[in-house]
Amino acid sequence: MSTTALDLRTYPLRDSATMLRRNLKRMLRYPSMTVTLIAMPVVFLLLFVYVLGGTLGAGLDGTVAGAGGRAAYANYVAPAIILMTVTATIQGTAISIAMDMTEGIITRFRTMHIARVSVLTGHVLGSVLQAVFSLVVVIGAAILVGFRPKAGPGGWLAAAGFLIAVAYALVWLAVALGQVSQSVETASNLPMPLTFLPFLGSGFVPTDSMPAGLRWFAEYQPFTPIIETIRALLMAEPVGNKAWIALAWCAVIALGGYLWSKRLFNRQG
Amino acid sequence: MASTHSPAIAVTGLRKSFGDQVVLDGIDLDVPRGTVFSLLGANGAGKTTTVKILSTLLGLDAGEIRVAGYDVVRQPDAVRAAIGVTGQFSAVDKLLTGAENLRLMADLHHLARDAGRRRAADLLEQFDLTDAAGKPASTYSGGMLRRLDLAMTLVGSPQVIFLDEPTTGLDPRSRRDMWQIVRDLVAGGVTIFLTTQYLEEADELADRIAVLNQGRVVAEGSAEELKRQIPGGHVLLRFGDPEQLDAARRVLAQAARDGDALALRVPSDGSLSSLRSLIGLLDDRGVQVDELSVHTPDLDDVFLALTGNPTKDKVTAR
Repeated sequence: MSTTALDLRTYPLRDSATMLRRNLKRMLRYPSMTVTLIAMPVVFLLLFVYVLGGTLGAGLDGTVAGAGGRAAYANYVAPAIILMTVTATIQGTAISIAMDMTEGIITRFRTMHIARVSVLTGHVLGSVLQAVFSLVVVIGAAILVGFRPKAGPGGWLAAAGFLIAVAYALVWLAVALGQVSQSVETASNLPMPLTFLPFLGSGFVPTDSMPAGLRWFAEYQPFTPIIETIRALLMAEPVGNKAWIALAWCAVIALGGYLWSKRLFNRQG
Repeated sequence: MASTHSPAIAVTGLRKSFGDQVVLDGIDLDVPRGTVFSLLGANGAGKTTTVKILSTLLGLDAGEIRVAGYDVVRQPDAVRAAIGVTGQFSAVDKLLTGAENLRLMADLHHLARDAGRRRAADLLEQFDLTDAAGKPASTYSGGMLRRLDLAMTLVGSPQVIFLDEPTTGLDPRSRRDMWQIVRDLVAGGVTIFLTTQYLEEADELADRIAVLNQGRVVAEGSAEELKRQIPGGHVLLRFGDPEQLDAARRVLAQAARDGDALALRVPSDGSLSSLRSLIGLLDDRGVQVDELSVHTPDLDDVFLALTGNPTKDKVTAR
């Protein structure tokens, strides 16, 4: 071995693909997690459309397209439910990262000469795929209860790309949250605020109806432009600059989540 | 750079503290290639910390460490490419099957698909896991998990293998299986760095043993060399009734009762002449001895003498 030069190249793409396969297998072996993560937004969808939708729909004023009634409210609330689907998925990401960290296999990966980041990117790619799957199911459910998107193929394509960007950003944040959690319980609680953030925005009611302080927060928090962009793309309305604000938020969240995650993963205990 | 002549592991002046607590207080180790080195110590002696530092999992405060000829601080990737680690807690993916776990390792070592499958199949065979290959690791017994764990470590054909308490919690049969596996590995030329709290294990496997106590190496040598340091040998005499025992005690002033049993421990170096004089003494007084056995010191005696820690629950010889 003294004669041959030491080959210390790493193969991040190959290793990430290997880790992705590992995570997809784990998701298939443990489907109850995926089912739980899809059930939550579906329950909120049914609750808001059937229980609260009649009254909330009547309260939508003329500035909202097709104001009045349950059918209108289904259209209004669907984008928020769609975003909730993503936040539910990342709760799963945080939990599976925390589970992984408590098991010895991650320690083994750390002592191996592999592209280190692949341990995390495998989770990220797996969770984004899981989010896509959940989104298809939840959007299907929304259409069943009266959501009538007006987007053409271009609009759907743009919405799909946008949602993947949102999922990617939030998943990186969840990877960091999963690592800071010392236990699986903490990991399932830490992303909880993200699940409720759509309520403090334009997700369930227009922000105009909120008291001044809350309205200010609702208008400037990142989920509002994200929800507005989903709504505009799916309802074929003008998107305006909110898509850029939303994408800027995604970039910040993704970069922050990535750097934080990487730092947490490389720290020496 | 690395050469086949450099030792597998060379450690000088290793120090590590966690906050105020000094865990390793100046450790020097030298492990020649192709040998088994055992780090022996009670829980909390610093064994796992040492393994973590040597396997690049943990940074060090001071000292110099070369593993497989590479510096663990400056060339961690080269060290990782040369080592395999099987820790105290099983490092397998319990949701995957045994075969999938091994193929995962093969993929991460960038073996071609066919070569990877063959390697996995060979290791399953070698470690007697073929029948369980298609079952999730969560259904495996403790012994099977350890074997799978070690098999995963071997996929990359490491030169230096760290085994951190590989048999802790295993039943006696699984422990013996693991020992045989370790002997086979050494016969294949790899270097093994083994930590254990079982003296018998170090005695069975290790070419050299270092006794770690409170962050320091308090003794180092072969099992024989360590035993020679301790004058713990004795002759055990068993008697049929208390009268004979009392008669023997009157003759042998230096003898001590062996617990509640009708037996005496007489300090002895085990040499023929000392035995002859002992037997002669007992014969002269007509003392009836049912049974006589000679005991040379075992590593238990060594360990207890060196660490000055007679709490048997911390160090168990099994």
